[in-house]
Amino acid sequence: MPVAPNFRRALLAAGALAALLPFAGIQPAGAQEVRAVMHSAIRILDPIITTAHITRNHGYMIYDTLLGMDENYQPQPQMAEWEVSEDGLVYRFTLREGLTWHDGTPVTAADCVASLERWAERDLGGQMLMEHTQSLEAEGDDVIVLTLSEPFTYVAELLAKPSSVPAFMMPARIAATPASEAIEEHVGSGPFRFMVDEFQPGVQAVYEKFEAYVPREEPASWTAGGKVVNVDRVVWVAMPDAQTSMNALMGGEIDFIEQVPLDLLPILETNPELTVSVVNELGGQTMGRMNFLHPPFDDPAIRRAALTALSQEETLAAFIGNPDYYNVCGSFYGCGTPLATEPDPSLIASGDTERARAMLEEAGYDGTPVVLLQPTDVATVSAQPVVAAQSLRAAGFNVDMQPMDWQSVVTRRASQELPANGGWNMFFTNWVVPEIWNPVVNPMLGGAGREDGWFGWPDDAALDDMRREFAAAETDEARLEIATRIQTHALENVIYVPLGEYRSPSAWTSAIGNVLPSPAPVFWNLTKSQ
Amino acid sequence: MIAYVLRRLVAAIPVLLVVAVFVFALLRLAGGDPAAIIAGDMATPQQLADIRARLGLDEPLVVQFFTWIGQFLSGDLGTSLISRTPVSTLIQQRLEPTISLAVTSIILTVVIAVPLGVLAAWRHGGLLDNFVSAATVLGFSVPVFVVGYLLIQLFANELRWLPVQGFRPISEGPVPFLRTIVLPAFTLSSIYVALIARMTRAAMLDVLGEDYVRTAHAKGLPERVVLFRHALRNAAVPILTVIGTGFALMISGVVVTESVFNIPGLGRLTVDAILARDYPVIQALILLTSFVYVLINLLIDLSYAALDPRIRY
Repeated sequence: MPVAPNFRRALLAAGALAALLPFAGIQPAGAQEVRAVMHSAIRILDPIITTAHITRNHGYMIYDTLLGMDENYQPQPQMAEWEVSEDGLVYRFTLREGLTWHDGTPVTAADCVASLERWAERDLGGQMLMEHTQSLEAEGDDVIVLTLSEPFTYVAELLAKPSSVPAFMMPARIAATPASEAIEEHVGSGPFRFMVDEFQPGVQAVYEKFEAYVPREEPASWTAGGKVVNVDRVVWVAMPDAQTSMNALMGGEIDFIEQVPLDLLPILETNPELTVSVVNELGGQTMGRMNFLHPPFDDPAIRRAALTALSQEETLAAFIGNPDYYNVCGSFYGCGTPLATEPDPSLIASGDTERARAMLEEAGYDGTPVVLLQPTDVATVSAQPVVAAQSLRAAGFNVDMQPMDWQSVVTRRASQELPANGGWNMFFTNWVVPEIWNPVVNPMLGGAGREDGWFGWPDDAALDDMRREFAAAETDEARLEIATRIQTHALENVIYVPLGEYRSPSAWTSAIGNVLPSPAPVFWNLTKSQ
Repeated sequence: MIAYVLRRLVAAIPVLLVVAVFVFALLRLAGGDPAAIIAGDMATPQQLADIRARLGLDEPLVVQFFTWIGQFLSGDLGTSLISRTPVSTLIQQRLEPTISLAVTSIILTVVIAVPLGVLAAWRHGGLLDNFVSAATVLGFSVPVFVVGYLLIQLFANELRWLPVQGFRPISEGPVPFLRTIVLPAFTLSSIYVALIARMTRAAMLDVLGEDYVRTAHAKGLPERVVLFRHALRNAAVPILTVIGTGFALMISGVVVTESVFNIPGLGRLTVDAILARDYPVIQALILLTSFVYVLINLLIDLSYAALDPRIRY
């Protein structure tokens, strides 16, 4: 055929090119560059305006905190040492020497005061702190003085907490940005600098070691201790497809995956070149929240029937599946944490259908539909409503499950309308344990009602009184006693339904070492071999 | 012809305007609240209201629409509500990977599919024809992501010839570019090869029985000339239409291929923006896509005249 010689030539050319390809590798990643796939792509860069965990993690890369929290849940000095007056009302934080912002200017007490003020506008714990604050001032360049108006003993814990909105320090000019407006400049004093020019939202974020950062001398422990950076660059690569990130890890194109989907775990676990381990042992809690404003869940007896009908074990089995990575947990504060106590087993979501049916009948349930919001596009919250609907139906509830995307759920759950008019009766979400581990930071353990309460809006003055009592308690024993009382009260009134705990494994290549266990993934301490 | 081009471009304006109104209305009807996405789980109603006010989302819809259109006409595509990055920057970052993937894929498609279709028609009913028919059915039937994973398994995981994922711009050199684009381009081509090969075969079968083909044969012209210069040229109009539409589809959203190979293109940007209700980004992307469709349709129409002298504008 006349075309054959041309075709043959083309084939030869293609073959020659194909032969070249294996030897013309993509530029290898620098020996000290760590390429990590995080649990989601980062798009919002202001760690104060949002509670997104990926943005908090970004915050820990480039910002520092006055205090850090160690693995014993104890606040420790980080940017500052602190002392408390004898009456417990005056806190003096003294900045350590040599702290500089990434733009080279020194960190001052005035910067930190501005940062604390912006943080407190946004953070629930910070708001509570400010309610108890008489003044917050800079004394010279190095000392921050916080004067309380009444006893509030949780100051150090709040400044050190690693939950959604940590108290990150920024230069005053940036911290002057209103808390409702995202910051435009990303300058911190933390162990890494953010490379603005290389940032592509939804694609990659790049961090370089901050050479002028002086780590503390103590060993690293959670977010406390010496933040010693051993690599030159960290690149967070966004990969929407889990299979792709797994292949890329096995192919050496990336070094670390923050959260491995459990169904892909067996493939990684059998690879001797990889380490699979849980970095964040605290994990998360999945939970259901009812709407207190409308029938049927405005009736505590019906809420209790629903609590009894729901099952932690069944929910976790559907949501996580692998028992190595979940556990039934009755505590509101996360099992294994300082305030954890096991409540009366009859109050835990145990899936006792018969008892729930009897309770529902006794409560006089009239068949009012229960509008359940079901997100279909987020794997971490799509199974819970399906299991719950089955349990509630089995107990006699008339369930109206409404599928929608997660963004529609977060919009709709803010509606206080009747469920039939665009409102809702129940939705599900997840929290990392540091967001719920005490009554001060747990946003759901409040009773502020329609105006200031969290979605669901319970109006419960007794609950708020106990929270204040907790914040003023002076000893660990007293805190534990009050927290236990709060837990019992919350279960009896079904303020929300804890549905158990889960942990997500991470995976990394054999080139990576010394990954630091922490409630938030951190990139100091770790090493990368050639 | 210049008058025709100008007329077509002017006619695109009302089309784009209708698309703009439609997209704006549809996005607001779809529900979702960018402020809730920004603020996260712990936001109080007051904090949400403050963020909405900062972003101008508390303005009446008519005001929001005309503000956006005004900005758009002055060349400002706005700023992402979520990342606060200018939309033009986002599009600029994502345009090259998408264009690269689309162009490479369409070249691959044409190079493979058109000769296959021509040869299948030429050997109508024979072994080659049956092979092409079977291959195209397979191409249609196997989902793109399956093709992608199979190629990754073979060429990246087993043979280690090519990377699993990523994109390297052509400015870094042809070899890095080809290494990252070749698998996604083959993947994306698979379905279009099937489509265009079948279309070519059908169009060729229509013309191969025409008198002028018989005349060409009778004149003793070589088979290659008869097939590719006489028959294919006359069969080209419907083929070109499908190629053009396929190219527009590739530009506007190849989400699956971009996700499987982690290519940061416009398809992923569009899906991300929709999930986050990032209004300015979605609006700009859909208008851009519409404009691409208008432009490609115009180019297809113009190319008809080049191929078929009977068509005049």
